[in-house]
Amino acid sequence: MEYGFTTAAYVVAAVLFIQSLGGLSNQESAKRAVWYGIVGMALAVVATLMGPGAGNWVLSLILIAIGGGIGWVVAQRVQMTEMPQLVAAMHSLVGLAAVFIGFNAQFEMVRVAAMQAAGDAAALDMLTGFAAKVAEKTTAEIAVLKVEVFLGVFIGAVTFTGSVIAYGKLSGKVNSAATKLPGGHMLNAGAALISILLLILYFQGFGTWTLMLMTLLAFFIGYHLIMGIGGADMPVVVSMLNSYSGWAAAAIGFSLSNDLLIVVGALVGSSGAILSYIMCKAMNRSFVSVILGGFGGSSGPAMEIEGEQIAIDADGVASALNEADSVIIVPGYGMAVAQAQQAVSELTRKLRAKGKNVRFAIHPVAGRLPGHMNVLLAEAKVPYDIVLEMDEINEDFPETDVVIVIGSNDIVNPAAQEDPNSPIAGMPVLEVWRAKQVFVSKRGQGTGYSGIENPLFYKENTRMFYGDAKKSLDALMPMVE
Amino acid sequence: MKIGAPKEIFPGENRVAMTPDSAQQLQKLGHSCIIETGAGAAAGFEDAAYEAAGVEIAPSAEALFEAADVVVKVREATTDEMNRLRADQTLIAFFWPAQNAEMLELAKEKGTTVVAMDMVPRISRAQKMDALSSMANIAGYRAVIEAGNNFGRFFTGQVTAAGKVPPAKVLVVGAGVAGLAAIGTSTSLGAITLAFDVRPEVAEQIESMGAEFVYLDFEEQAQDGAATGGYAAPSSPEFREKQLEKFRELAPEVDIVITTALIPGRPAPKLWTEDMVGLMKRGSVIVDLAAEKGGNCDLTVKDEKIVTENGVTIVGYTDFPSRMGTQASTLYSNNIRHMLTDLTPGKDGVINHNMEDDVIRGATVAHAGEITFPPPPPKVQAIAAQKREKPKELTAEEKRAQEVAAFKAQTKQQVTLLGAGGVLLLLAGFFAPASFMSHFIVFVLACYVGFQVIWSVSHSLHTPLMAVTNAISSIIILGALMQIGSGSWLVMILASLSVFMAGINIFGGFMVTRRMLAMFQKS
Repeated sequence: MEYGFTTAAYVVAAVLFIQSLGGLSNQESAKRAVWYGIVGMALAVVATLMGPGAGNWVLSLILIAIGGGIGWVVAQRVQMTEMPQLVAAMHSLVGLAAVFIGFNAQFEMVRVAAMQAAGDAAALDMLTGFAAKVAEKTTAEIAVLKVEVFLGVFIGAVTFTGSVIAYGKLSGKVNSAATKLPGGHMLNAGAALISILLLILYFQGFGTWTLMLMTLLAFFIGYHLIMGIGGADMPVVVSMLNSYSGWAAAAIGFSLSNDLLIVVGALVGSSGAILSYIMCKAMNRSFVSVILGGFGGSSGPAMEIEGEQIAIDADGVASALNEADSVIIVPGYGMAVAQAQQAVSELTRKLRAKGKNVRFAIHPVAGRLPGHMNVLLAEAKVPYDIVLEMDEINEDFPETDVVIVIGSNDIVNPAAQEDPNSPIAGMPVLEVWRAKQVFVSKRGQGTGYSGIENPLFYKENTRMFYGDAKKSLDALMPMVE
Repeated sequence: MKIGAPKEIFPGENRVAMTPDSAQQLQKLGHSCIIETGAGAAAGFEDAAYEAAGVEIAPSAEALFEAADVVVKVREATTDEMNRLRADQTLIAFFWPAQNAEMLELAKEKGTTVVAMDMVPRISRAQKMDALSSMANIAGYRAVIEAGNNFGRFFTGQVTAAGKVPPAKVLVVGAGVAGLAAIGTSTSLGAITLAFDVRPEVAEQIESMGAEFVYLDFEEQAQDGAATGGYAAPSSPEFREKQLEKFRELAPEVDIVITTALIPGRPAPKLWTEDMVGLMKRGSVIVDLAAEKGGNCDLTVKDEKIVTENGVTIVGYTDFPSRMGTQASTLYSNNIRHMLTDLTPGKDGVINHNMEDDVIRGATVAHAGEITFPPPPPKVQAIAAQKREKPKELTAEEKRAQEVAAFKAQTKQQVTLLGAGGVLLLLAGFFAPASFMSHFIVFVLACYVGFQVIWSVSHSLHTPLMAVTNAISSIIILGALMQIGSGSWLVMILASLSVFMAGINIFGGFMVTRRMLAMFQKS
């Protein structure tokens, strides 16, 4: 097949991918957008298989089919609440693939170089695919290629272990608290420095072992970097890893001289970077401090909290709800954990049927993934036009009769505004305490994910509705008439 | 412990610090009670009623001071009374430590513990012992009654067979506890009630009581009541002028003026000047609740009722609570009882004077031979700080100027970035081979497109965005596909693995995205 065809297909695929991302600007066009992506991917794969350089397409198709089957089944089975883990796990696959492909490029380079050194013209002519391209390269191009391969492998390796750890933390298999080995960031910096040294060595032609050693170091950096980031920062981490996997793809694209890889890698990389930026801004944290792990240092003792947490039972909540005209529900990670979104949706339906104004307030960093709550509520068929962002709804709290906080903590913590010494001082929060009455559905009296005491629970208009969110809501349901 | 209430010796004082009811409650705390004979008579409580409640009757003040461990009183103690106190005794009464330095010294000398009811901090927990508020409540009510007593007309408007009666117009100045109580009484009697306060945040409270808030057209930074523990602070001369102007405008209209404006630790501000009194109608009444501190009205005479030349009655009594002795004693004795409840945490009749407690610490002005006044600020703020004012509206020119400045800054930033980027590109192009540069251009443009596109993605779709980009990032499969045909076995195996993994990712990623997006629906 002509080389021109492949390029043309790539151009179309690239446009489709851009359309696919752009289509996500609203819910309706998003449904179309995903099809753009699918078609684009199919086109790219087919064009590559038919294009020059590809071989063994039977094996390729078989492998894609098997892999695709597994992916399909996993995606069908996964609970919506497990989304963050799944996305993280998938990033690790891309990272590992990047590492492998990078290594392959190195092996081919070594092989071709050996042939060239041996002056084996016949063997060189026999080369197909990528190896043939390598054989045509000049010395300068080979040098650039080496840098590209090195970078691709490095980013891929960091993405791989980072994503594995992120997966572990999100699925609860690894302790989500920020932990660092002794030496902290110095270890990361040291590993990165050695990697640079190895790059120079590799450049000087010291061979494959430099690349391998660097890969191990990069694995370590990925592991240690993500281990050092606390659970509350997970949304940022996931989107950051997303960005990395894109950059890895772009670097591999450079080394393979494949424009589509470069384009898509850059799209994914920049989208992840912007998402991370948006998340950080929503938490009023600098990107660097999130990446370096842990919350920024607080400058003094936290404000003392006076008063006590007053509990309430389902009866009390129900009667307040029956009397209320306007209700705002603030969901958080606790709702996801308890799988309470269906119950929440049911409650919403009941209240709306009685003509009450029920809305949802979503903080930008609620949950463990950007937009996590939106997805869960959408799954439970909560109409998305009553699901509002923080900025849209924060002004309305003083006129609200009842606020139900379900499993969120830090995002409704008044200490962010009232206590300059709080670790989350300055973070924009949902001002639920301005409502006439606040019910907090919470498992127990402990602090939240970030371990910060929440003065909201001690406010006079706050009542604690202890218990598993789903069970509490189920108990509440028959009483709401 | 034995709690004793002596007879108040201040002339005309009708209140008493212990009622039969409160005595019974005190006994439940494990205390025993004693009262001077006849102490409750003026408030309507006979000795027999006390005896029936299990209170011992002391024949004289001396005997009472001798027998009691805790002396509870209403009015501040006189020198005589102070001299009767011993080191092991506690005095609970109004004390006014800021104005009563001599007595404070005396208490220190004697070693007596003094709990000043007027020093109870204004926090939610201490409201039940806030005697100032409960007395102010009575004063506010009584002020209206007193005004009605001296006012020759109905409060409420009526249309009768005998003619039409206009409703009385009442102006309440200062909406503290007394002011609000006065507003409530006045509106429930049917008068048209106006109210004014320097703290704009009480407008809501005023309106909730059924009165109309008198707004001032004044630009000054509004007073924040939270900064002064809920009390008013002195206002600027300009503000005062504006306020007086408003009052002057209202003076001919209103029939009854009740002034309650007090600033802690200062003489009462003069708000109702002589010329305003002159402007008022014949038969109008002014009740000055601030008479004790010099009065809000220029013509107020303390403890007296006067009638001006133009027939305006000015009431300057300072003993409104005492004029309602029974009610005032009931409330005050309850305040005292709550204070003793806090002082007796074990309910075992043993007083534990816990100086760590905010309320007890705040109210105690002398303890164990030392003066403990003024207290440190309480750990809990009385009232939440008010929301800051919204930023001032900008004029059109200012906005324009800001826009221009922002535009310039943005241009500068962008030009710098573009310039720096361009230079870097040129440098790279100088060294890198041409084939690299052509790819590099593609890369830079793709980044640029990515940045432009992602900004417009709606917030609620961030998770699908991530799933989609994740699926798309498996484009890396192309690389593997190009290598899988290689002659080297090792390369082929690694490439096959990559194809396999990317395959999982493509299908899984798109599938999940589709599932998510399918869920978004309009109601």
